[in-house]
Amino acid sequence: MNEIVTLVSAAFLLIGSLFALVASVGLLRLPDLYTRMHAASKAGTMGACLMLIALAVHSGDVGTVSRALAGVVFFLLTAPVSSHLLAKAAYSVGYRLHKSSVRDEMAPEVEK
Amino acid sequence: MGVQAIFDHAVTLTLAILCLSFLVTVYRIIKGPTLPDRILGLDMLVAIAIGFIAVIGIKTGYTLYIDVAIALGLVGFLATVAFARFVLSRGKTEDDILTEVRQAATDARKAAKAKAKADARAATKTRPASGKTGAATGKGSQP
Repeated sequence: MNEIVTLVSAAFLLIGSLFALVASVGLLRLPDLYTRMHAASKAGTMGACLMLIALAVHSGDVGTVSRALAGVVFFLLTAPVSSHLLAKAAYSVGYRLHKSSVRDEMAPEVEK
Repeated sequence: MGVQAIFDHAVTLTLAILCLSFLVTVYRIIKGPTLPDRILGLDMLVAIAIGFIAVIGIKTGYTLYIDVAIALGLVGFLATVAFARFVLSRGKTEDDILTEVRQAATDARKAAKAKAKADARAATKTRPASGKTGAATGKGSQP
């Protein structure tokens, strides 16, 4: 039982760090701010949450598990808010989408 | 290979992967062409640091680190919100600032040339009109 918990914790750690790596590679490779935000705010948050869950699984203590889950819920709540604020601010200030973007839903109404 | 050895290797590998993603994110922050890119990189850096803290908490057994992670997440969230407000209140992109600066430099050069010409023609009292001042922003912002 204890061994299974340890293995599950190790798996969570590895998956979380791979999520973080994928997020940072997306941050490096994607062409403009909005697509980078798409990578960082989803995969990055997922990576941090998975590593906190690994900590919770590994400790097995009720207080630690509850605090880790509180942290996970907190990140899951705040990451979309902050990235939405940043995207809204950047768009309204005038940072353009990359040329290869096919659609701009927030563009002002133009003639059809 | 026992379970504990597998776990130790997983922790080491996780630390290595996190280091790699940390470096990649730092590269994006340094290179990032615009301010929101850098803010996004800082946000991502906070997430990676939370991962580091969780891994260190597992490795050392101090579960108190999780409070540090929660506090760091709060600080990162507030920092991102504050930077977003700053981007909003600054109200112009890097391109706008660049065009403003270039316009100002062109105006100053024009004014200096006009002044030199006026000094050369010191005999007459008429001063040529100095160059147009007032910086014009480039693209208008979307409502």
